[in-house]
Amino acid sequence: MKVTVTVRRLPNISDPQGTTVARALRDLGHEVAKVRVDKLITLEIEGDDPDAVRAQAEEMCEKLLANPVMEEYEISFQP
Amino acid sequence: MNAAVVVFPGSNCEHDVVHALRVLGAKAELVWHRETDLSDFDGVILPGGFAHGDYLRTGAIARFSPVMKEVTRMANEGAPIIGICNGFQVLCEAGLLPGVLLENQDLKFICRPIHLRVEHSNSVLTRAASEGQVLKIPLNSYEGNYKASDEDFKAIVTNHQIIFRYAEASGEISGSSNPNGSMGAAAGIMNKAGNVAGLMPHPERATDQILGSVDGQVILESFIVSMETAGV
Repeated sequence: MKVTVTVRRLPNISDPQGTTVARALRDLGHEVAKVRVDKLITLEIEGDDPDAVRAQAEEMCEKLLANPVMEEYEISFQP
Repeated sequence: MNAAVVVFPGSNCEHDVVHALRVLGAKAELVWHRETDLSDFDGVILPGGFAHGDYLRTGAIARFSPVMKEVTRMANEGAPIIGICNGFQVLCEAGLLPGVLLENQDLKFICRPIHLRVEHSNSVLTRAASEGQVLKIPLNSYEGNYKASDEDFKAIVTNHQIIFRYAEASGEISGSSNPNGSMGAAAGIMNKAGNVAGLMPHPERATDQILGSVDGQVILESFIVSMETAGV
């Protein structure tokens, strides 16, 4: 199954990349209040039981893909 | 006393660390990150560099290198374990130290000597130093901005886990002496027991007059003394 993991910095953790991109967009004349740059990780996981696959993806996020001190994650399935 | 200096793919300060330890009279050997038995060693140093390319987050992949199981075992048994720069980031990711290191506040790579104030001498990195001592040590990092959750940081302060703070040459802590925005101007942190510690600046690069400072000696000597007294 194809699984998408989005990793975001926690709201209270600064995102210098987002801040820099926001500045550049404003220089281009766009009115943007805020930009955050997230990470998108696409996984292909063996199995067809969505619960089992999600559990696996969650373990991957908890252990490696995200650091709870600075990040949160969201798991979604792709068709 | 023999120190293991771990080499991850992308480490680049391991030879400097081994050289500095040997000059100070200790034995030190390079150990590849796939090693699973460190029972011949009395302490471990995770050196600076870019372990596993810093992919995902600094230290995120290195913490799962096979050697880290052994490092964790030794840490729990009270052996001296230290991380320098990238090694500090690995120890944080591994959960052996609290917190995380983010990009420097002003988004600049910092490469210059800075001053550290020793907060106390009850740690693997400060045992041979004295409280309030100011050390001039090179800093060389982009992700050196120490952060922890408010709750964790409160505990870090209460438990005296900050061992080095960025300071002026006089030892005074001011806004301008904090080069990277670290919480509490923390440059070095220890675990509660004091046998595991990390710092962002590079003591191994300040161990010879020709390098501009010998202030790093007391930090590495602290580690060596800790190996001698830990008795693991």
